Amino acid sequence: MLTLQCPYCGVQADETELSPGYEAHLKRFGPGSTPEEFESYMFARKNPKGVHFERWRHAYGCGKWFLAARDTNTLEVFGTYPAQSSAPPADLIAKIKQKRPDWEGYK
Amino acid sequence: MSTRLQKGGRLIDRSTRAEFTFNGRRLIGHAGDTLASALLANDQMLVGRSFKYHRPRGIVAAGPEEPNALVNLGRADRLEPNQRATTTELYAGLEAASQNHWPSLDFDIGVVNNYLARFLPAGFYYKTFIHPRAAWKHLFEPIIRQSAGLGSAPKETDADRYEFVYAFCDVLIIGGGIAGLQAALTAGQAGKRVILLEQTAHWGGRAVVDGDTVENESAEEWVTSAVDALKTMENVTLRNRCMGAGVYDHGYVLANERLADHTPGDGRPKQRVWRIRAGHIISATGAIERPLSFAGNDIPGVMLAASVRDYVVNYAVSPGDRTVVVTNNDDAYLTAITLVEAGLSVPVVLDARAQADGPLPSRARALGIRVETGRGIASVKGGKRVTGVQICLQAGEGAVMEEIACDAVAMSGGWSPVVHLWSHCGGKLIWSETLSAFVPDSARPPLNHDGSAMVSCVGAAAGVYDPADIIAGTDSDGAATAIVPVWMMPQGAPIGLRSKMWLDYQNDVKVSDVQLAAREGYESVEHTKRYTTLGMATDQGKLSNINGLAVLSQALGAEIPQVGTTTFRPPYTPVTIGALAGEARGEIFQPLRRTPMHDWHDQNGAYWEPVGLWRRPYCYPRAGETHDQAVQREVINTREKLGLLDASTLGKIIVKGPDAGRFLDMLYTNMMSNLAVGKCRYGLMCNEQGFLSDDGVVARIDEDTWLCHTTSGGADRIHGWMEDWLQCEWWDWKVYTANVTEQYAQVAVVGPNARKLLEKIGGMDVSKEALPFMQWADGSLGGFPVRVYRISFSGELSYEIAIPASHGAAFWDMLHREGAEFGAMPYGTECLHVLRAEKGFIMIGDETDGTVTPLDLGLGWAVSKKKADFLGKRGMERTYLADPERWKLVGLETLDGSVLSDGAYAVAPGTNENGQRNTEGRVTSTYYSPTLKKGIAMGLIKNGPDRMGEVVELNKVDGGTVKARIVDAVFFDKEGEKGNA
Repeated sequence: MLTLQCPYCGVQADETELSPGYEAHLKRFGPGSTPEEFESYMFARKNPKGVHFERWRHAYGCGKWFLAARDTNTLEVFGTYPAQSSAPPADLIAKIKQKRPDWEGYK
Repeated sequence: MSTRLQKGGRLIDRSTRAEFTFNGRRLIGHAGDTLASALLANDQMLVGRSFKYHRPRGIVAAGPEEPNALVNLGRADRLEPNQRATTTELYAGLEAASQNHWPSLDFDIGVVNNYLARFLPAGFYYKTFIHPRAAWKHLFEPIIRQSAGLGSAPKETDADRYEFVYAFCDVLIIGGGIAGLQAALTAGQAGKRVILLEQTAHWGGRAVVDGDTVENESAEEWVTSAVDALKTMENVTLRNRCMGAGVYDHGYVLANERLADHTPGDGRPKQRVWRIRAGHIISATGAIERPLSFAGNDIPGVMLAASVRDYVVNYAVSPGDRTVVVTNNDDAYLTAITLVEAGLSVPVVLDARAQADGPLPSRARALGIRVETGRGIASVKGGKRVTGVQICLQAGEGAVMEEIACDAVAMSGGWSPVVHLWSHCGGKLIWSETLSAFVPDSARPPLNHDGSAMVSCVGAAAGVYDPADIIAGTDSDGAATAIVPVWMMPQGAPIGLRSKMWLDYQNDVKVSDVQLAAREGYESVEHTKRYTTLGMATDQGKLSNINGLAVLSQALGAEIPQVGTTTFRPPYTPVTIGALAGEARGEIFQPLRRTPMHDWHDQNGAYWEPVGLWRRPYCYPRAGETHDQAVQREVINTREKLGLLDASTLGKIIVKGPDAGRFLDMLYTNMMSNLAVGKCRYGLMCNEQGFLSDDGVVARIDEDTWLCHTTSGGADRIHGWMEDWLQCEWWDWKVYTANVTEQYAQVAVVGPNARKLLEKIGGMDVSKEALPFMQWADGSLGGFPVRVYRISFSGELSYEIAIPASHGAAFWDMLHREGAEFGAMPYGTECLHVLRAEKGFIMIGDETDGTVTPLDLGLGWAVSKKKADFLGKRGMERTYLADPERWKLVGLETLDGSVLSDGAYAVAPGTNENGQRNTEGRVTSTYYSPTLKKGIAMGLIKNGPDRMGEVVELNKVDGGTVKARIVDAVFFDKEGEKGNA
């Protein structure tokens, strides 16, 4: 039963208020893309043991989608940030690097 | 024999008499007794039979670790199986019955297994019941089911109710011994919000039983003043009879409070599940004493040493007149001292260690108790009750040196800290050589959301036993806990003794079974557990696990830490399903969505169908009508006269803004931005893989507003889908969405007389010229503000009328009243299905299953070829979706007019690699058409549209096949004249 802080309404939301939305920062490939590109977008999702970026929706709260950085092994949450982000914020990256020196970094 | 002592018993009230029954026998106990102490007071040591060999089983422990004393408690609608007598508080009128015996507890036929024990080794089931295959179903399984199992499952609906409570705190402390109380005092005095839970009805844990001294007071006095102090703190919540069941992510804890287990039927909820979110969790859960593995250690009368103390001190019950104490540590000497001071006999203390010179052994010797070091038990004598022990050298192979008569044995193999709550969320353990036990590794705790330690352990749960250390928060790790590990007694025991040394009393797992598993190659403790069933009983190995894995590690020649432990999983002790369900049963199992006309339907005989959380009328049977007859009447009436449908559940989503048209062009496979204001268009939505996800009619309301109808079940999902794309992908587009499904009631007025009714009611022009097919208009009807859509899901002349939800019931009433002269009748969802199937209209969820594209359904006309992009466009371009051999939608008409089975497959020649018949399609919708007076169906058939007129064979539920001709899916009014009327 995770808790994640919704970056919009500030609530430390319980997992029952949230719905998961899989991997964050996917690049959409539409018409004209190669089969490999489309496969990477549609099916080849990351599933790391460790630092991971995910989409969550505060479904039974303010209704907003947001993004979260979390350790899938220890369940430590490094931070949450608005869905309107193309990449994780620099300060969040720095914070994760500090806590997980062995982390390979984003992308 | 076991009996009630004349004096003492700190928990019982001798002035009260509580009459209860065990296997129908009337017995007397006192208030404050547990069922176990009351049974012992009545010399009822034999309480059950073991699972596999049906051996006699007696009470071993005094707490939740008890593996044997499981009873069926209560009866009829209050029957509960597998209740532990040791944690069941006695009350007047309690009824208990022993389990797993036939025909009676004293005489059990299944005990024949005991004499066959050497033919029933570990893994017996896996080895034996494999061949012949057919024998499992018809011979082995029925016999095993008859003879196995513990309690009997209740057959009646539970008469009790249960409830949930949600709580939040800074510090949650589980365990109300002195460690937990001290932690609560510290946190409470620091101003933190504290919840303290204790699983029993009493505070103080072991210290009050053992007569410890705490901060220069007796433990009893210290505990009383600590509890009094905590009760005065407003920031502290105390809950006894409340078991901390499980620790979950980020400080989430489930606890189970037994409110009325000891006062059944008093009107209160029986149990209450606490769902607690804690900033930090302190596990003060104490430790559990381990049995010793000697031959006959399962004979009734062999008990844990500290539990013997519990019975004497708490309940003034002596488990036996003559009790032999056997130990590998000093703590058990306190049992010998307690027994002698209570006037009972301790013929000998057998200490496996070479020396025993601590304060307790010295006190025991001073009392004149015979102490033999370096000795152990070769074998316990007795059948249904201990009659004596044979003494041997611990270092030897079991040669009997002496036999001593006794009627009880108190054993102590040391203590195992209760690390369950620490481990549930990943806290790691280390092996303490000093304590011969796994203790929490404070360097590797389970983590909270911020990366801090989520759980810490104090007191015995952390391997700290000395009260002074517990209060001071230190760990002297001293001589007081001196222990020599003894995993087998004697250490060189031959197989004859080892096959009588029980590890798991409930599941009948012996030392020899674990050794056999090791010889057969089971090296992983998790595999050994499942192969031997060690620790898989209802006590989940609270007594047996450490002894078992020590035996395994010795057999493998590995160190205990290398062998490791099995996984600790919640709940700590079983929680009844009723408590987990809480109030969510019967009528309020889940929330019910009701349309504004719900009550009318109910009063007019609706037969309900669940549609998501909605309830919709399936049909409205009249007196003497079957459901089938009602549906047929509704279909014919709607086709010939006038049908009224409550369509309020239909999803309604407003999409508004400067970029709304552009957005809908991405969402739907066809074009929506060019829809003229005032007009309607049917649209399809796909997921990114190109598979159909939802459909519905879209209406353009004004220049930048569209109203999207979705399926009844899809409204919330589609609204979420829209928000996903708007918030996460196209966040710079100016679009606003609102799910207004419940804001409007919607009524479909359907049939040749539909216009006549609306014209009679009056208020707006609903003529063909003013409001043609696929247009909408705002206006009023009979004084109600309405929006009327000329759309049809039936092929009939049809108006779908939306009105504010608060007017829904009155408007519906009026339509029936005014429509009577035109033959108005309500119709339900099944009639709706028949009407749409007669017209070949698809239904999301019937014709689609998440693997079907619009092209598969012949809906290519609704997939734009002009648009550069829409959701699903790239997915549909995948090569295998363009395969001409795909199953595609057609109509199916049986040659004999019968109705095809729902989901029937079209069979093809030959078989596949699994020997199954090949298939070439399946039925997606099938009904009896009252209009056409024959069965009609739609189905997906391989290359179907190119095979018009061909006959395929479809299987039937009861075997055989039926022939059907491939036809156009539109069975009725192919030209669509009726709907356009």
